[in-house]
Amino acid sequence: MINIVYRLKSPKFFEESIDEIELDGVVVRPTFLSICQADQRYYQGSRPAEILDKKLPMALIHEGIGEVVFDGEGNFKSGDKVVMIPNTPCGEDVCRLNYSYKSKFRGSGFDGFTSDLIKLEADRVVKLPDDFNNHVSAFIELITVAYQGISKFDELTITPKDRLGVWGDGNLGFITSLLLKVIYPESEVIIFGKHQDNLALFSFTDEQYRIHDVPKDLVVDHGFECVGSSASQTAIEQIIDLINPQGTINLFGVSEYPIPINTRMILEKGITIQGNSRSEREDFIGVVKLLDENPQLFDYLEKLVTNVCEINSLNDLKEAFDQDSISKFGKTILKWNK
Amino acid sequence: MIFAAILAGGIGSRMGGTDTPKQFLDLGDKPVIIHTIEKFAINSKIDKIIVLTPQNFINHTNHLIEEYIGENEDIVVIEGGETRNDTLINSISYIDENFGIDDDSIIVTHDSVRPFVTHRIIEDNIEAAKRYGACDTVVPATDTIVESINGRTIESIPVRDYYYQGQTPQSFNIKKLFNLINSLTEEESNILTDACKIFALKDEDVYLVDGEVTNIKITYPYDLKLANTILEDQHD
Repeated sequence: MINIVYRLKSPKFFEESIDEIELDGVVVRPTFLSICQADQRYYQGSRPAEILDKKLPMALIHEGIGEVVFDGEGNFKSGDKVVMIPNTPCGEDVCRLNYSYKSKFRGSGFDGFTSDLIKLEADRVVKLPDDFNNHVSAFIELITVAYQGISKFDELTITPKDRLGVWGDGNLGFITSLLLKVIYPESEVIIFGKHQDNLALFSFTDEQYRIHDVPKDLVVDHGFECVGSSASQTAIEQIIDLINPQGTINLFGVSEYPIPINTRMILEKGITIQGNSRSEREDFIGVVKLLDENPQLFDYLEKLVTNVCEINSLNDLKEAFDQDSISKFGKTILKWNK
Repeated sequence: MIFAAILAGGIGSRMGGTDTPKQFLDLGDKPVIIHTIEKFAINSKIDKIIVLTPQNFINHTNHLIEEYIGENEDIVVIEGGETRNDTLINSISYIDENFGIDDDSIIVTHDSVRPFVTHRIIEDNIEAAKRYGACDTVVPATDTIVESINGRTIESIPVRDYYYQGQTPQSFNIKKLFNLINSLTEEESNILTDACKIFALKDEDVYLVDGEVTNIKITYPYDLKLANTILEDQHD
């Protein structure tokens, strides 16, 4: 069937394209989408030129929900509210499929969600309860990234989890801190950030510190780095300083640059560093269950919704990206009417 | 109930170079009309799809539907009329005879030669027809419109901001449309080639639904060539 896809042709320039989809999976109409930093890097043209040349034109956006339009196999009813999984495995692997080289990712290896309709395999769609908040549900994918990192952290740790430090007072830091508080209610969660106004929103954590103003005797059992870019260097440095022996450092922040790490202290403390990226079906199922059982989380997560833009035209989409790029904190939600 | 009427009654005199009506020519690996029907077939809000073709293309259309879409009891092919309005009247008569028309019955009418219509446009049409009784799908006019009565010199140049190009679907509350068509004099019937114009003439509001620049009508050989080129481009 013919489908219209809205692709980024070159930085800051979207265009309509015509595509064809087979009706052998689940066809979803996107309803609420959310902009990620990765999308911004394509839109702004801040990825290396050879990457842009290779990947564009491509539809952006890998965070979003929609309504089922058609499912030939009958797993879903038309009108079902669903969250879409951007990771798309193309074969089995010995590792988690969000790390497999055999997997493709929406809005990175192939078209993202900015289109009239989206065809997905049935296992790339997870049903949502009707009463889930649409704005928060739009960025469930981001929540699943934190969730899968915490699941791996849980399997990895051998020392106590009494004091958990989260570095970074942005969106991912907020979500990671919140999930840690729910998953480990007995643990203390300590947030380390740079921006006083952002830190004020972390009142649900046990302690909040500005990175330049940390008590000398403060220690944590494990650290979560949610900073990214070149600033992750100072964050990792501080985690290594404050972490107890045999703790784990869980990296979430993406950087375009190589980050130097003090390996001498990693050796001395026996620290384990674990990288985290993307997520898989089990993480989506886990997050939907967690949100369903803890509806108070929606109230917290709604604080992250700083812009809601109605998208009726490609110009609206451009304006939403421009507005998102000047927002210091929070998520830009796209109400997809295009 | 919500009905879709796919208008494939025209014999495509403007297409040239072929005797096959343009809706039956291939776009990619399927006939244009099949691409169009598919858009309505996946929409669960639409209860029945009525395809209106010239009498001698009814069997052919049925074969194509069976081949590309498979057996589908919600799609029926019937004969269209001489003019666009006749075709529309045929679809309403068919609905009346087979299902009856109630106050909430809606008809979404669409050119079979606009295969690039989006799901969003169809949904917006259903919503607008339910709410307002009638709607037309349009895009803002991009070219300057020039009025000339004698075909040689300009009479006037209207303000472009007030002008839109009409696409399809056009959607209506069937009862309202039926009553308006029946109220037309013979003279009015002859000049009213567009169903929305009937509403406008009778001072009934017709709501505007945003179309898409991609929702092109395949009228000329060039259009089909262009559409095929765009589609092939995606497969490279």
